[in-house]
Amino acid sequence: MAKHETPLLDQLESGPWPSFVSDLKQQAEVRAKNEKGVEFQIPVDCVDDLLGVLELSFKHGRTHWKHGGIVGVFGYGGGVIGRYCDQPQAFPGVEHFHTMRVNQPAGKYYTTDYLRTLTELWDFRGSGITNMHGATGDIILLGTTTPQLEEVFWTLTHDMDQDLGGSGSNLRTPADCLGQSRCEYACYDTNALVTFLTQEYQDELHRPAFPYKFKFKLDGCPNCCVASIARSDMSFIGTWKDDIRIDQDAVNKYVENDPAYPANAGAYKGSKDWGPFDIEKEVTGLCPTKCMKFENKKLFIDNANCTRCMHCINVMPRALKIGKETGLSILCGAKAPILDGAQMGSLLVPFVEVNPDNDYEAITEVIENVWDWWMEEGKNRERLGELIMRQGFQKLLEVTGIEAMPQHVQYPRTNPYIFWKEDEVEGGWERDVEEYRKHHQR
Amino acid sequence: MAFISTGYNPEKPMENRITDIGPKDYNEFYPPVIKKNKGKWSHHEILEPGVLVHVADSGDEVYTVRCGGARLMSTTHINEICDIADKHCDGHVRFTTRNNIEFMVDSKDKVEPLKNDLASRKFDGGSFKFPIGGTGAGVTNIVHTQGWIHCHTPATDASGTVKASMDALFSDFQDMRLPAQLRVSMACCLNMCGAVHCSDIAILGYHRKPPMLDHEYLDKVCEIPLAVSACPTAAIKPSKQVLENGTEVKSVAVKNERCMYCGNCYTMCPSMPLADTEGDGIVLMAGGKVSNRISDPKFSKVVVGFLPNEMPRWPSMTDAITKMVEAYASGANKYERLGDWAERIGWEKFFEVCELEFTHHLIDDFRQQAYMSWRQSTQFKF
Repeated sequence: MAKHETPLLDQLESGPWPSFVSDLKQQAEVRAKNEKGVEFQIPVDCVDDLLGVLELSFKHGRTHWKHGGIVGVFGYGGGVIGRYCDQPQAFPGVEHFHTMRVNQPAGKYYTTDYLRTLTELWDFRGSGITNMHGATGDIILLGTTTPQLEEVFWTLTHDMDQDLGGSGSNLRTPADCLGQSRCEYACYDTNALVTFLTQEYQDELHRPAFPYKFKFKLDGCPNCCVASIARSDMSFIGTWKDDIRIDQDAVNKYVENDPAYPANAGAYKGSKDWGPFDIEKEVTGLCPTKCMKFENKKLFIDNANCTRCMHCINVMPRALKIGKETGLSILCGAKAPILDGAQMGSLLVPFVEVNPDNDYEAITEVIENVWDWWMEEGKNRERLGELIMRQGFQKLLEVTGIEAMPQHVQYPRTNPYIFWKEDEVEGGWERDVEEYRKHHQR
Repeated sequence: MAFISTGYNPEKPMENRITDIGPKDYNEFYPPVIKKNKGKWSHHEILEPGVLVHVADSGDEVYTVRCGGARLMSTTHINEICDIADKHCDGHVRFTTRNNIEFMVDSKDKVEPLKNDLASRKFDGGSFKFPIGGTGAGVTNIVHTQGWIHCHTPATDASGTVKASMDALFSDFQDMRLPAQLRVSMACCLNMCGAVHCSDIAILGYHRKPPMLDHEYLDKVCEIPLAVSACPTAAIKPSKQVLENGTEVKSVAVKNERCMYCGNCYTMCPSMPLADTEGDGIVLMAGGKVSNRISDPKFSKVVVGFLPNEMPRWPSMTDAITKMVEAYASGANKYERLGDWAERIGWEKFFEVCELEFTHHLIDDFRQQAYMSWRQSTQFKF
């Protein structure tokens, strides 16, 4: 028998998509029965009360959560978010219901041994409710009380070799796509680099010393499956410098509509019939730079004019491969709209090698130069993108010691209001007006 | 419920403390076929909706069955995922960036038993636990935020709007009939923890009323300077207020017309709540993307300025989303993302074919970039 009536939430149990309401109900029941004999450290009926307070929100059209005071684990300024219910008398099980962020592994691969250890811990010391995963990438443990925070952290670090993620004005938990582990498009090992950066910058991740949040996201190729170009202050996107590798026999298999060579790796094998594959209509004709042609059963790519958009490779993955001289591009300043409007990442470094043998020094140098500037000049709650807007992209180039190049812009400026520096102008700005007047009367 | 200690001693927090160890090493988690062939994959193919094969240079294959899941997930459900992974996948599983669950097997004969097992599992309420799909030219899982389940500033619920939307889009989760992939995202207030601003379709919770001021309590529970500095538009200033009983208290004043309803002040000060039954609701955006494929990444545009919160299933919202998806499905060319299609036919046509009303709210008036979105041309369609 459910503790609270939930007539509105009950209507979210029907329909085909997995119902979180059904899942919460089954969790409430498992806790109530407690067949495993868990010595619950927070109220056994917290999930019943979670359903109850959510039902109340569905009734009112308003949230019933308050932001917490300062809670956390000793020595860290992030990883825990305080949360309190504003109806604690009606729902005492969720009166204190804090979030813990657990740093997810690269590529989000797991063993069941690990996951079962985590669920056992979270049943024992928390609500047993999670997010797999949060928007930034962490495993989110949703709902425990203040005395349990240090205990959970102790078990994570001592028994599971596992640390918390970031929150607040610090480096947020970096996130990556699965990269070379299972994708032929990946231009570098995203799993290795994201792990390196996370380990290298543990202090920045746990102890807020930044003006505001800072996100790293790593995409293995320009398809951008983790949306780094839109969602991270510093975005690392795999790319290559040499030629797309072509297997002409395979190209012709696509042209001949060989069933083992479906267009776009089979992405169109649905209920709509798009007709036979047409290389001119679907590949060469859609190439954004028109740098390719198919003639006499041969595909030609003018690689010098290719912008590596991935379209042709996506459509014919068995015939076309990324180049061999791979690396990544670094883009800076992406953020959601608040406050001055959304920003995409702007290209700062067109190409950098990804070299684990020297601890990725070409990449960390850029990161640290950018951080030095932002920590010095950034105002409270100013994202990197906003600082770049305020002080200018030229300033970003200056602090990172990167030479300006046409790749940095969509097009050159449309106004001539160039603020010349004095040392850029021959002879400087100090002039002798008397000398001038010798040739120009007053 | 006796307190059980791990050994942590609050008197000596540094004793035996372990910190700064980061995440687990991913190498411990790779399935063997992944570990062996990493960096040496030749190509992949989507065999049917939700089922992929990746082929390595070595000839090894890994078959992936992708399932949707609610990102709000219980340990009971995670344990069931583990049971399935133990039974079929030698104890390995992974999650995708968009909250899908991927079960991987190393030979084709293991795929059917896995699929059958997944498809057979349902919650007591009748919904699928592990619907297979989310690949190719279709709709994949919605990435989203917390909403009313656990956040203090949401203007709508996240899990509820997502469940309602995915039920409406379910056939496209299990099909690949669309012109290109269609990414739907959800964020429950304008702070956009879910960064929905570059999605084909974005559901956004939005408040429309400035915070209320609990003057009697404000100075007792809040640091006034923190509340003032939390405001991104500088709409809040310190102010002395006289209560009904004549007492003068320190509080704040809000310039309502400058408020953008972000709730950042409420984060700092619980005496400034802004949630409101009638004020709060949904904004729909469309036409964004993050991929660099063919065209540049682009931002989503606001296409529905406001819809009320209609619990529990938000029918006006799902209706508007369905109309957009159907118009896109029938109007766009192969490989054309929703935003590319809207730009090709023109946004004036987009509103016509999607049967969405254009109102003055959809004309940008926020700061300088607004100008960029007005039409500086005589080229338009009647």
